[in-house]
Amino acid sequence: MGFPASQPEGNPAANLAGMSHLRPVPDPRPPTKEAARGERVPTEAELERWATVLRIECVRMLAVAKSGHLDSSLSAADIVSALYNRVLRHDPENPGWAERDRFVLCKGHAAPIQYAALAHHGYFPLEDLQGLRKIGEPLQGHPDMNRTPGVEVSTGSLGQGLSMCVGISLALRLDGLAETSHVFGVLSDGDCQEGQTWEAATAAAHFGVRNLTAIVDYNHLQTDGTTEEVMDIGDVRAKFESFGWDAVEIDGHDMEAIVQALERSRRLDRPAAIVAQTRKGRGVSSMEGRFGFHGKPPSPEQAGEALDELMARLEEQTAALHDAEGKDGE
Amino acid sequence: MGAKTEPSATRNAYGDALLELGEAHEDVVALDADLSVSTQSAKFGKAFPDRFFNVGAAEANMMSMACGLAVTGKRPYCSTFAIFAAGRAYDQVRLGIAHNELPVRIGASHGGVSLGEDGASHQMIEDIALMRAMPKMTVIVPADYNQAYRATLDSYESDEPMYMRFGRPATPVVYDEVPETLGPGVDVLREGKDISLIATGHMVWRALEAADSLEREDGVEAEVVNVSIIKPINSEAILESLAKTGVAVTAEEHRVVGGLADAVRQVAAEQHPVPVFAVGMGDEFGVSGTGEACMEHFGLTARGIADRAREALLLKPIVSHPPLFGPDWT
Repeated sequence: MGFPASQPEGNPAANLAGMSHLRPVPDPRPPTKEAARGERVPTEAELERWATVLRIECVRMLAVAKSGHLDSSLSAADIVSALYNRVLRHDPENPGWAERDRFVLCKGHAAPIQYAALAHHGYFPLEDLQGLRKIGEPLQGHPDMNRTPGVEVSTGSLGQGLSMCVGISLALRLDGLAETSHVFGVLSDGDCQEGQTWEAATAAAHFGVRNLTAIVDYNHLQTDGTTEEVMDIGDVRAKFESFGWDAVEIDGHDMEAIVQALERSRRLDRPAAIVAQTRKGRGVSSMEGRFGFHGKPPSPEQAGEALDELMARLEEQTAALHDAEGKDGE
Repeated sequence: MGAKTEPSATRNAYGDALLELGEAHEDVVALDADLSVSTQSAKFGKAFPDRFFNVGAAEANMMSMACGLAVTGKRPYCSTFAIFAAGRAYDQVRLGIAHNELPVRIGASHGGVSLGEDGASHQMIEDIALMRAMPKMTVIVPADYNQAYRATLDSYESDEPMYMRFGRPATPVVYDEVPETLGPGVDVLREGKDISLIATGHMVWRALEAADSLEREDGVEAEVVNVSIIKPINSEAILESLAKTGVAVTAEEHRVVGGLADAVRQVAAEQHPVPVFAVGMGDEFGVSGTGEACMEHFGLTARGIADRAREALLLKPIVSHPPLFGPDWT
């Protein structure tokens, strides 16, 4: 496994044809559209399988871009899969739909995981993913609302995202949409080190915001070490609770728990915090929970190994789903 | 809309016009950070409590919330002191508002040293420089109540991010009526052929006084130019005056570095190199005192402008030549 010595000019995806791991992810079934979802929501097993697809896309994107935050994207994959494939009310064919739910990636450095979800829902072509962080391409290093369809607001400076979410929630309330349109913000542990996040938490409670859920992707690793070593943020759930929020803690890789917590958070009369205990680099054994990968793209060898592992899991998950379907049909 | 004839503060004009905007437009929302009486946004807050968000002493949160409100279709007006708007919340204004090119207006009150007694910690003398340096940000500094009223009313129609600087003290009016428009943001208030006095904000009425004194005592015909839109600066109007007089003095309640002085010097240096002298703050912070005592202390007076003009006029025959290249402005 390795990259060819010389790579052709032009479309960065074109030179990937020879590399089996970097071929498009085989998937005969696109995600269910919001309109068609109606009676049948994706099962947890399907959401887990989609999380694997998103992880594969992230590894491929970072391998091509040779830049970005892979491990931070992987820890949020299950949360993002649950949101985009099941919880969020959104319509890729009408991204400006006023009543849609809003997704804000407060931890903007995990942009690849959102880009993967957006591309698979048809907000832009899948090929665009391979232009990540390249000059003239729509996918910036951090989400940019004016360049990438489906991005609600630009993020990337930690601490600002939750305040933006509060502003969006209040605007929806002024428009009489507080009961229908919900705002979901995905924060990092770094976001919780920024003081502004707690200004926003104070404001959300003070203004009585009900249509806001903050999901903290608490993966315990940051650029300079573990959060415990660098700046221990402690019991984030208790902090949000003391700020007047409804706050629960879950295993951020347990799909059933994620879906349950997200759907419950819609029905509360207070802003909701879901502290998701996660593992940085989740899904790739060589990276999972290990320090030293933040902001570092995978080497071609690491990417190859990661894709081997993820593709094997995808095949298992796909086969299991087909088996289950077959049984249902009998 | 009532034009003032007696001295009045520009911040009062902001508050009065903001109230009028609130009555006319449902999508106007206002935010303040516990200074609503000082910034005058309290008038809006009292009339439209549902559309007014006082975030307490949390300026960073205020700016990012405004971003969230703006991406959801509102036209937010953020009010606080200039020191906090441009200083504390710079990154929030930069990413959330300017980078996204959102129609958010920042009403920055208490600009400069004329706020007086609070001293250096509150006297913002770098905000024009900071906001001029920020891509996509429009910078407006009205000269009196009547122009400030117009600037605030017209800001609603614009789609650009905007920083508007207002002052604390009551200052004499320069415009007899509320002007129809800010026009290109450069107004010749008094014609003259010997020297251009190019001023902004609180220094405009002082420049008019300086011109009187130059005429009375020296027989000098000074041209007085009010620059209310510092960025983007209308270079044609500036060049027209420079070409006529061949020498200029700028005047601002701000550091000469990055402020009006630099804006005018940049235009002159590139297109019509004539001497441009400056009245403003040097490499120093403000001090406590009454507003007027502070202005005196730093030479930000009519006398200060006239004295600088006399120096410039002494040097004019030595340093001022017809331009060697560039457009013929004569």
